[in-house]
Amino acid sequence: MAESSSQKIPVTVLTGYLGAGKTTLLNRILSENHGKKYAVIVNEFGEIGIDNDLIIGADEEVFEMNNGCVCCTVRGDLVRILDGLMKRKGKFDAIIVETTGLADPAPVAQTFFVDEDVQKNARLDAVVTVADAKWLSDRLKDAPEAKNQIAFADVIVLNKTDLVSKGELAEVEARIRGINPYAKLHRTERCKVALSDVLERGAFDLDRILEIEPDFLEAGDDHDHHHGHDHHHHDHGHGHGLKHYHDEDMQSLSLRTDKPLDATKFMPWLQNLVASEGQKILRSKGILAFSDDDDRYVFQGVHMMLEGDHQRKWKDGEARESRLVFIGRELPEQTIRDGFESCITS
Amino acid sequence: MSGFAPGGEQASIASVTDRVRPVAIGAPVTSIHFLGPRAAFVGAEESVALVDAQGDGQGAISRVTVHDGGILCTASDGTRIVMGGDDGKLAALDAKGEVTLLAQDAKRRWIDNVALHHDGAVAWSAGKTAFVRGRGEDKTFDMPSTVGGLAFAPKGLRVAVAHYNGVTLWFPNMAANPEFLEWAGSHLSVVFSPDNKFLVTAMHEPALHGWRLADSRHMRMSGYPGRVRSMSWSAGGKFLATSGADAVILWPFASKDGPMGKEPAMLAPLQARVSVVACHPKQDVLAAGYSDGTILMVRLEDGAEILVRRNGTAAVAALAWNAKGTLLAFAAEDGDAGLLRL
Repeated sequence: MAESSSQKIPVTVLTGYLGAGKTTLLNRILSENHGKKYAVIVNEFGEIGIDNDLIIGADEEVFEMNNGCVCCTVRGDLVRILDGLMKRKGKFDAIIVETTGLADPAPVAQTFFVDEDVQKNARLDAVVTVADAKWLSDRLKDAPEAKNQIAFADVIVLNKTDLVSKGELAEVEARIRGINPYAKLHRTERCKVALSDVLERGAFDLDRILEIEPDFLEAGDDHDHHHGHDHHHHDHGHGHGLKHYHDEDMQSLSLRTDKPLDATKFMPWLQNLVASEGQKILRSKGILAFSDDDDRYVFQGVHMMLEGDHQRKWKDGEARESRLVFIGRELPEQTIRDGFESCITS
Repeated sequence: MSGFAPGGEQASIASVTDRVRPVAIGAPVTSIHFLGPRAAFVGAEESVALVDAQGDGQGAISRVTVHDGGILCTASDGTRIVMGGDDGKLAALDAKGEVTLLAQDAKRRWIDNVALHHDGAVAWSAGKTAFVRGRGEDKTFDMPSTVGGLAFAPKGLRVAVAHYNGVTLWFPNMAANPEFLEWAGSHLSVVFSPDNKFLVTAMHEPALHGWRLADSRHMRMSGYPGRVRSMSWSAGGKFLATSGADAVILWPFASKDGPMGKEPAMLAPLQARVSVVACHPKQDVLAAGYSDGTILMVRLEDGAEILVRRNGTAAVAALAWNAKGTLLAFAAEDGDAGLLRL
């Protein structure tokens, strides 16, 4: 996926629990005056009011690849639809895949990792999750799908913020951050978000894995200034000791070192890790500094599937630091930390 | 083998490239069928270009609009092409260029697959539903998952419907329960052997799967580097030729065990992936198109090659022989096409 990605049709995956506002966001994207044409792949075909020329009903058919790996599931319907859509190349600029509220985003993402024909024509741009500020906290307790969608997200549109108090908003954000501190989070009413914040994100583009910092550590004015409503950075609840939720079963784990890694140790370790723990690891990303290597190495993964490449030369004066992030369920933290330490060049 | 010199091969190959009549379709082509004296180049979208195969002038191309969008599937019996589109329409085109609307999906679902029986029956599918139109009223059958491919058996009115985890053999005119041939994975296109003894599917993964119909014994045909998108039976059905590798893969089907326990033959290896194969209708010869634009004619017996089209262009998207085997039509993905008279 790393090469000539610019000619490939970008695909945005739109997830979110029932009633969070996916259709509202979709209609906002389609109706805005951006001069672009979208092909939209939806479920519940014909039952929701979406005004678009190219709209295709999907069945969310997931099947296991015949490679003995139970988490290697792909969306067969998506393979078929993307194949058919490519006959109409030139009639649209991008594709949006809306999943049902109960869908696991992994098979959609994995379709882009394993299918040769899909990879040739299309690239996964980002997983955008719409969350309901009023009900997400409850759903995170009782609906594993909702948790998956938050954990998997590159962009989270926290919607219906006008229906909750500041305290409730802080709580739901803290819960989201307890699961996934890396996604870009946008607070919205009626999904009013700048399109540039949800489209063309390049979240799966190895060349654009520029930084993997938690979203809330960035400068306060970096995000949310598009939305006119009132909030202050201290509402986040992080860094001020106000609230911190550690989700019982879904967490993120970040590793870093400024000592060079031994590629001959690191690569087998990473391969083995995703092979043995891949069902628990939803997403992984890393920027790596190997000893005797002047290039930055970047990788990303979904469950057991990994892709990686040399990205570019380390710049003069740039700190040669390796950083890895895993988001997953019941991650064996100490095992991962110990394994990572053992890959540092001695 | 001491004199084997790979570099010298290409120069010594027999060539008929100077006998190819170029046809400028000017739009992506996905399949070709002969309708009597005309070659029909089916576009990826909307229209079919009908070319007078006997003539030699460029003026002989006429374009017929059949669909309001992408053309997803086609099948032909030599007198008409039946095709399904993303406009939910199933339409037939004859040699005169006349279009007949056969069916319109009520929900405007994509018509994903179509198959034709020699007695005129048509099978098609939209999503999980398979349809058959014979002499009586239309029959429908809902599959457990989306239909990946359809094929009529050479004898009787029996339809093979490929889907996830296997193939359903459906007898539309009989009350009998359909037969289910199980094999895990996603099955796409499906073909019966001409002698009605074997059934083969091309899977989503780079492999074929086959069954001997008498006892449902499995035949796993794997080892491909890429997905098999093109399958063609040799004249008489002794071999099944396929795309998907850097050579034409030829599975032997002449014995009662088919390819069970046998290695396939690999013909015409190049530094490019075979994208389409089309066996000659009468002789043991096939045409193979490659991802680099090369087209070769290959003799099955000894693998002798004749160059039809040079490399260096878009991948070959379609190949077709006329019924007599005197004409070969081809098209690349970018619409650059041609006709070769033998």
